[in-house]
Amino acid sequence: MVDTDTPAAYVAHAVRSYWLIALLWIRAAMAYPVSFWTMLVGGVLITFLDFVAIWLMFTHVDTYGGFTLREIALLYGLTSIAFRVADMLVGSVEKIGQKVRSGDLDAMMTKPVPVLVQLCADRFELRRLGQIAQGLAVFAWAAPIVEWTPQRLLVLVVALVSGVVIYFCVFVIFSTIQFWTTDASEFANAFTYGGNTIMQYPMTIFPREVVRSLTYLLPLAFVNWYPCLFLLGRTDPFGSPDWFRFASPLAALMLVVVTTLVWRQGLRRYRSTGS
Amino acid sequence: MSGPLHPQISLYAAIATRSFRRYSTYTAATLAGIFTNSVFGIILSFAYLALWEQNPSAGGYEADQAVTFVWIGQALLMTVALWSGGSTDDLAERIRTGDIAVDLYRPVSVLGWYLAADLGRGLYHFTTRGVAPAIVGALLFGLVTPSPAGAAGFLVSVVLAVVVSFAVRFLFAASAFWLLDATGPRVLLSVLATFFSGLTLPLNLFPDGLRQVALALPFASYIQTPADIWLGRHTGLDMIAAIGLQVLWAVVLLATCALVLRAATRKVVVQGG
Repeated sequence: MVDTDTPAAYVAHAVRSYWLIALLWIRAAMAYPVSFWTMLVGGVLITFLDFVAIWLMFTHVDTYGGFTLREIALLYGLTSIAFRVADMLVGSVEKIGQKVRSGDLDAMMTKPVPVLVQLCADRFELRRLGQIAQGLAVFAWAAPIVEWTPQRLLVLVVALVSGVVIYFCVFVIFSTIQFWTTDASEFANAFTYGGNTIMQYPMTIFPREVVRSLTYLLPLAFVNWYPCLFLLGRTDPFGSPDWFRFASPLAALMLVVVTTLVWRQGLRRYRSTGS
Repeated sequence: MSGPLHPQISLYAAIATRSFRRYSTYTAATLAGIFTNSVFGIILSFAYLALWEQNPSAGGYEADQAVTFVWIGQALLMTVALWSGGSTDDLAERIRTGDIAVDLYRPVSVLGWYLAADLGRGLYHFTTRGVAPAIVGALLFGLVTPSPAGAAGFLVSVVLAVVVSFAVRFLFAASAFWLLDATGPRVLLSVLATFFSGLTLPLNLFPDGLRQVALALPFASYIQTPADIWLGRHTGLDMIAAIGLQVLWAVVLLATCALVLRAATRKVVVQGG
């Protein structure tokens, strides 16, 4: 028996289990080295071309929504790093429906590791490091425009961690829907991939209602928009309170609570296909 | 002559129909997909409107044409299976497992079989995930409508888009005959198709040089060419030339598929199955 009596032991057990399962999948992926490397390079390229599209837009305009290319690169870099790290950590959560249909979820229930940990570590994809690297590169390119101070550095680090947590929660929340409809996995893409896409643009190009929704309903604006306003020393054109710039951890924490509730509800709702 | 031809056509029609039905089973998946396409359409529409507000004639498009371009892209990306997922995915999987040997035994052309299945899938995706998001876009942003000739040309161009995309995906999937696992090439193909089809940015906004190259590649057939026909940028002889380029790519690529398949068959036989 694994000792999981105290919360600390429970977390340590979960992290260790995650790592062990992830390692298994890393080894499996390495069995096809050509595919592994083409996919890693492909990941860098696909996200690189994604940014090239924005860069090409700037061959037709000087500023976009009142922002320069480098300022947008800062927004882009921050959301990309957070999103891609979360995407790597979240593994097969997006494929709950498949696991339900195939009966794999039943097998997971019988194992002494939390189901969420097993799902996240399942099919762990190391090649996603390529996409993370692209986000880092874009951010590094934009970083010199910020007049760095210790406070700004702190806000950046906190925003990055909060951003990973926020996107992780978004992945889990919208994948939980698959407990109800097993083949509607693409619905979640609108919020996960769609969320990352919308945050690559300055909020100034969207109507006020969209920005409000991204603040109060699905708090993605706390991943990069509010922290970047602080990093760039800009005032919010939508007139939000100043403390929003430091509120990323608060948004992340509230989302963690909601996610825990939704996940438990989903798991309780789960009925095996039985065959 | 007409004797053996007729059963062949009805056979391919039957394959296409089964394929159409296969995809139509997953209603929830289709609805979820329509929702997602619409969300991305809305995001990109705002992104383009901001661009065209600054530069009202970027790439030679008006703002309303640019927004229409967004929704045509969202409507066609599943129809042409931009990120794979058509019958060519089945092919790659069957090569990996070895089931392809059964396909090669059948008294039907493998290429024809998979093309028919992909056309059936394409028709399903066009009528659902193509039309529905376009209606959402028309209601929210108001779209440019084509002339009757433009509409007819658009439909022809879309069919060719599916054929060209199928042939390209077939070639990438067939790489599994040599690599065993085609997921790597598949990702690479998604990269190229996303960028060079015009999905992320209309090819006419690309800088000189890159633009001409991009417009000549087969990926331009996926979205750029049908969209420009819809928007009335290709009319008359120009439209015939645009469709002609699609036909040329379709013929060249399908011929290459046939050659690759022949080489691969020999390899399968040598391996003994």
